[in-house]
Amino acid sequence: MAPTLSPRLEQEIERLCERYPTRAAALLPTLQAAQRELGALDEAAIGMVAGALGVPAVRVQEVATWYTMFKLRPEGRHLVEICTNLSCHLCGGSELLDAVCRELGVRPGETTADGRFTVREVECLGSCGTAPVMQIDGAFVENLTLEKATAALQSAP
Amino acid sequence: MGERLLTRNWGTPERHALKSYLAAGGYQSLKKARGMEPAAIVDEVKRSGLRGMGGAGFATGVKWGFVPRDNPRPRYLCVNADEGEPGTYKDRYLMERDPHMLLEGIAIACRAIGAQTAYIYIRGEFHAVADRLETAIAEARGGGYLGHNALGPGVDLDVWVHRGAGAYVCGEETALIESLEGKQGKPRLKPPFPAVVGAFAAPTIVNNVETLAQVPHILERGAAAWKALGVNGGSGTKLYGASGRVERPGLWELPMGTRLSEIVLEHAGGVRDGKRLKGVIPGGSSCPVLLPDEIDVPMTFDALMAKGSMLGTGCAAVLDEETCAVRLCLRLMRFYAHESCGQCTPCREGNHWLAKIVQRIESGRGEPGDVDLALEVAQNILGNTICPLGDACAMPARAFLQKYRAEFETHVRERRCPYGSYPIRPGGREITG
Ligand SMILES: Cc1cc2nc3c(=O)[nH]c(=O)nc-3n(C[C@H](O)[C@H](O)[C@H](O)COP(=O)(O)O)c2cc1C
Ligand code: SF4
Ligand code: FES
Repeated sequence: MAPTLSPRLEQEIERLCERYPTRAAALLPTLQAAQRELGALDEAAIGMVAGALGVPAVRVQEVATWYTMFKLRPEGRHLVEICTNLSCHLCGGSELLDAVCRELGVRPGETTADGRFTVREVECLGSCGTAPVMQIDGAFVENLTLEKATAALQSAP
Repeated sequence: MGERLLTRNWGTPERHALKSYLAAGGYQSLKKARGMEPAAIVDEVKRSGLRGMGGAGFATGVKWGFVPRDNPRPRYLCVNADEGEPGTYKDRYLMERDPHMLLEGIAIACRAIGAQTAYIYIRGEFHAVADRLETAIAEARGGGYLGHNALGPGVDLDVWVHRGAGAYVCGEETALIESLEGKQGKPRLKPPFPAVVGAFAAPTIVNNVETLAQVPHILERGAAAWKALGVNGGSGTKLYGASGRVERPGLWELPMGTRLSEIVLEHAGGVRDGKRLKGVIPGGSSCPVLLPDEIDVPMTFDALMAKGSMLGTGCAAVLDEETCAVRLCLRLMRFYAHESCGQCTPCREGNHWLAKIVQRIESGRGEPGDVDLALEVAQNILGNTICPLGDACAMPARAFLQKYRAEFETHVRERRCPYGSYPIRPGGREITG
């Protein structure tokens, strides 16, 4: 039997569709909702989203692969994103990325062996006045130092 | 510091709540706007001299005037809250700290252009800010400032938050519209301009968050009085920032037209640790770098253009003597190579080539002639692309290569980078405004 969306997710998608004149326009928020619930957007998830919105699966695939925030396969339980762009670069962001990667024994883009963390080098996070900056599971840690980064990693469940 | 409009509530507790906004006189301009003809609102904004704060500086009232009056389709307002330009951190604070000011601006703009639906396109990484906007929208609906009859008897207004998913190019207005429609964010060829054929093939105005947040203040004090707050040819006030190697990174609301030297040397306290200034990128990574003897310039669109740079977003980044220009240039080239949407060959290939050549120079494998080669690649991108992202890569590249040419050549000659690794050095302050 083909996998189906949970009733909760189905309802959420219908609510999202009310915001736009076309159902296709609800694609980004729908993928976001699906990713929140399912963890990653695998082929089955893509198919279900396509079905729910009435758009071809290739269209959904095309969009899901184009944006950097969509996850196509499962990653670590916690996402650690360190900015190394302009202002963060000037304040040691690249050095921080290296240090955090060394501490976790991974290279940027990789997941720790225990599956706890995925570390990513990211572009400007819009927080350059408090550079360097990282996000852990979407929450900002600003004026970042190695001590702060380590503390944030340790307090992640 | 002059008068504060955008940041006037930032010092109050619960500054983001509707009751705080109302206590400070909020939503009075919307009430005023409900009694004005749409064309009169557009005229008032035209007279104020307000220009778009998203980077291009297009006159806001003039843009609003491009919406065809005879088109029977619905009209849309898209609020550009993508804030992706590296070095830029202003819209986030406006939304986080005083979301109702933006919502009031949105409502007035919608009345002016005849839109009943607005989408706030916010970058996906601003999770908490997007939640805050959702809460503020619900509060404003409850108070009758959005929703049913918000724009006058029988004229409703819906405002929706639309979250992006990680793509710098989606800040470009037509890419934003494509993304809003549920597609890859690939910029469209213009014309037609969005004001005529925009979202869902309907007339659409795209405006930056800061642009819209100024609108209530223009109506509150009148175009002439608002305009008079600017200096050196600027109109009104502006959020200016300075980050990077300064003593006190921050964001300040100052008269539009304040000098860059004043922002960097006074408000930000000058270069940190008593080091020497090496350069300033005046308004985000796409703006060509200025040398220390070029920063005595008013931060206006026109004055910076005359200096061969741009105002961009008005958030400056400061380089000191220990900054390697080649390394910074490389970081920016990697960014533009990664963010190219790939539709135009000069941008898709050229940005990568620039990153590759600068990488080779930075790592000590550069060849004599590489600087000229990179300059030639940049030259071939300029003006040859669908959207300005190609130029946004080539212009700063050219400035780095020309202004710090000797440094690039030293890297090639000595086959190494003469600079050490950077200290991890946060500014350690709250952004106050
Ligand atoms: C590559 C690129 C990225 C852009 N990113 C943003 C952005 O993040 N925020 C923004 O307001 N404008 C951005 N812009 C400018 C928009 O295209 C557009 O000019 C602006 O939103 C118009 O609003 P304004 O007239 O109020 O400035 C970007 C432009 C380009 C070419
Ligand atoms: S200039 Fe670059 S980002 Fe813009 S449309 Fe062309 S390829 Fe895409
Ligand atoms: S450059 Fe790192 S947050 Fe902007």
